[in-house]
Amino acid sequence: MLVTSMDETSPPMIAVQGLQKSHGSTPVLRGVGFTVAAGELISVIGPSGCGKTTMLRCLNCLETPDSGHITIAGVTLERAPGTPLDANFESHAHDLRQQVGMVFQNFNLFAHKTTLENVMLAPVVVQGVAPEQARATAEKFLGKVGLGEEFHHRYPSQLSGGQQQRAAIARALALNPKVMLYDEPTSALDPEMIDEVLAVMRQLDAEGMTQVVVTHEMRFARDASDRVLYLEKGEIVEIAPPAEIFQNPRDERTRRFLRRFL
Amino acid sequence: MNRHFSWWIFAALALLAPAGFAADAPAAAPAPAATPTAEAQALAAKAFPTGKLRWAADVKSSAPFAFDDPAHPGQLVGFEYEIITGIAQILGVTPELNNVDWDGLIPGLKTGGKYDCVICGIEFSEERGREVDFSRPYYSSYEQLATRTEAPEVTSLDQLHGKRIGTLDQTGAFDLLKSAGIDPQTYDEEQNAYNDCARGRIDGVLLDFPIAMYYAKPNASLRFNGPPFGHISYVIAVKKGDAAIQAALNYGLQQLIDSGRLREILSRWNLWNPTIADSLGQPVAPAGPPTAYEDFLAQAGKEVTWGERFSRLWEWRATLFQAGFNTLVISIFSMALAVAVGFVLAVLRVFAARPFQILSMIYVEVVRGTPLLIQMLFIYYGLPNIGIRLTPWAAGILGLGLNYAAYEAENYRAGLLAVPRGQMEAARALGMSRRQSLRHVVVPQAFRLVLPPLTNDFISLLKDSSLVTMISIMDLTNAYQRMATTYYDYFGTGLAIAVIYLLIGLPFVRLARRLEHNLAVDTRPAGERPGFLPRRAKPNLTQPL
Repeated sequence: MLVTSMDETSPPMIAVQGLQKSHGSTPVLRGVGFTVAAGELISVIGPSGCGKTTMLRCLNCLETPDSGHITIAGVTLERAPGTPLDANFESHAHDLRQQVGMVFQNFNLFAHKTTLENVMLAPVVVQGVAPEQARATAEKFLGKVGLGEEFHHRYPSQLSGGQQQRAAIARALALNPKVMLYDEPTSALDPEMIDEVLAVMRQLDAEGMTQVVVTHEMRFARDASDRVLYLEKGEIVEIAPPAEIFQNPRDERTRRFLRRFL
Repeated sequence: MNRHFSWWIFAALALLAPAGFAADAPAAAPAPAATPTAEAQALAAKAFPTGKLRWAADVKSSAPFAFDDPAHPGQLVGFEYEIITGIAQILGVTPELNNVDWDGLIPGLKTGGKYDCVICGIEFSEERGREVDFSRPYYSSYEQLATRTEAPEVTSLDQLHGKRIGTLDQTGAFDLLKSAGIDPQTYDEEQNAYNDCARGRIDGVLLDFPIAMYYAKPNASLRFNGPPFGHISYVIAVKKGDAAIQAALNYGLQQLIDSGRLREILSRWNLWNPTIADSLGQPVAPAGPPTAYEDFLAQAGKEVTWGERFSRLWEWRATLFQAGFNTLVISIFSMALAVAVGFVLAVLRVFAARPFQILSMIYVEVVRGTPLLIQMLFIYYGLPNIGIRLTPWAAGILGLGLNYAAYEAENYRAGLLAVPRGQMEAARALGMSRRQSLRHVVVPQAFRLVLPPLTNDFISLLKDSSLVTMISIMDLTNAYQRMATTYYDYFGTGLAIAVIYLLIGLPFVRLARRLEHNLAVDTRPAGERPGFLPRRAKPNLTQPL
């Protein structure tokens, strides 16, 4: 188990370099590189099909990069262009996922398990935590995302979208990740439920969680992010604090994209 | 020809003899239990070291050879039955029957292990003699043609050209017709051939004289037609090179002949004829009245009421229970095997590396694309050629299980694919390995989806298990054939057996429904925990979401 040192020079929590990925012959990511400091909240914005989701999925190896260099919380994955996957890739990916929690657009709660069981499962199965302890942890995190005891024994299909997404966040938090990744966490939600999910993310930010959020919620990106990353055609066009991106984008492409939201 | 004619007159007279005349004749040849001679003991010790004479026959539809006594279900009768028990008695060993389907008798003997000899109207032929060894003949006669009563007289086989003639497969009659240039229509059960002839579906039936005597003669719309054709000798088949068993059986047969017991047995069954008398050098006249034949006719010709049909069923209850139990046990074990193998195949197909996917696919296509019966016969009779000998049960369960595994694999593949991809991704993102994700997330959800088709397949397997009757397992279908041919009642017996199959299957359908309901989380009220098969829980539509 690798732990980041939190010394004065504080290395970045996430460091990505030269990340490339193609789907078939279509390049999706053309050499993406950025760093995220511990405790930062980064919003990733960009037009549909720009590679936002693919980039996020590469960060916890749901997609295998074609080449590039990813370090998260001290765990490093490397692949030189044109080389086959390292034989240890799976084990590195496993180590990396231990540090990274992921929240999906469609929640992906386990349909056959109750809310509580959803949160308990990974600690018990992956980390070998005793069930009673996992239950206590699960109850704690469910409480944190505002799901009281009355929801613990419901199945996902018996929860609203917002409740499901909050349960999914609790599920990811239960593994004590150092980084949380969100793939359009509010896109599948009715408008009135969006805020309850964003509130949880703001709270985590306040507690110092490092978060990367792929989102279409420009208001959230502007108000809650430390920095905003604008991606287009598989390349990072701009990465800057929200005030700069939203009020004074340096690149014409960013300007054109944001015009639609203003 | 003349001799046969005179014999017919005698047979007719014997039939007319008053029943009281036969009253003192023993019903089933219980000859005094003499201690075996030293010679017999020596022969038996070499041939049957376990003290058991394991003989095989197909007892379905087998009057007068060896068949279930219609009056006493579970009790075998028949002239071959009396001969083999007579031999066993002379040798001082215990006879033990293996009831095997006709087509499997010789293959099973060659495979070895299950039984020592086959006595089931096996005709001597040079060709068959290359596969197995024979005892000396215990009966000789000829092929008898039967036609409808109004059919013109036949004097030679040539007259049958262009006619539809029925017979049994693998018999001398079949070969005789073939060599006369006639293409016969073959049947599995002699009774069906004669019935078809009586109903006009075919023009005649050529079969061994004893069969004709028991199945054509009593039928008012049929008559014996024409002279004796060919010559047949019945012999006991033993495994090639098994000289000790051959010698012991020959010794026993010789004793039966010399003591006059064989003539006595054959006479009672109305089978003593000039051919056999001639070949044994014994008098042409029967040793006594044909009492066994008369008993048979009395039973066969009886009109039965539904009440009697039910009481017959009741008398067969032990057999039916055992048969139903066998069917159930084979089905359950086969299904368990099918589920296990099918599951592995499906997981390989969906989640494993390419070569495994291809192997899984090939298995499914090959197994699904070839007939189950062939697979089962191959496993039971074919595999011994490469040194794999299985008991009928093992072969039956393996055959059914591996066959159904192919279908289950496709079911589960569909089930696995129907679980949204996001479930696997979420599990993987939480750090679960592929295996953990499958075990805790994907498979439990897929199971819920495949339960209805799984139930379907189990019911289907329950019925396909009837094929194990072909590899000599006494299942419900085997019981059906035995009962139906004992009483010539395919109708009533068929209905009864159908009901039993249905009754066996229904509890599983109920069980599956309960399970489905129990696993269907979507309709379960909030907070309700899965107990074991709750009686019924109505979906609560008023719950707060």
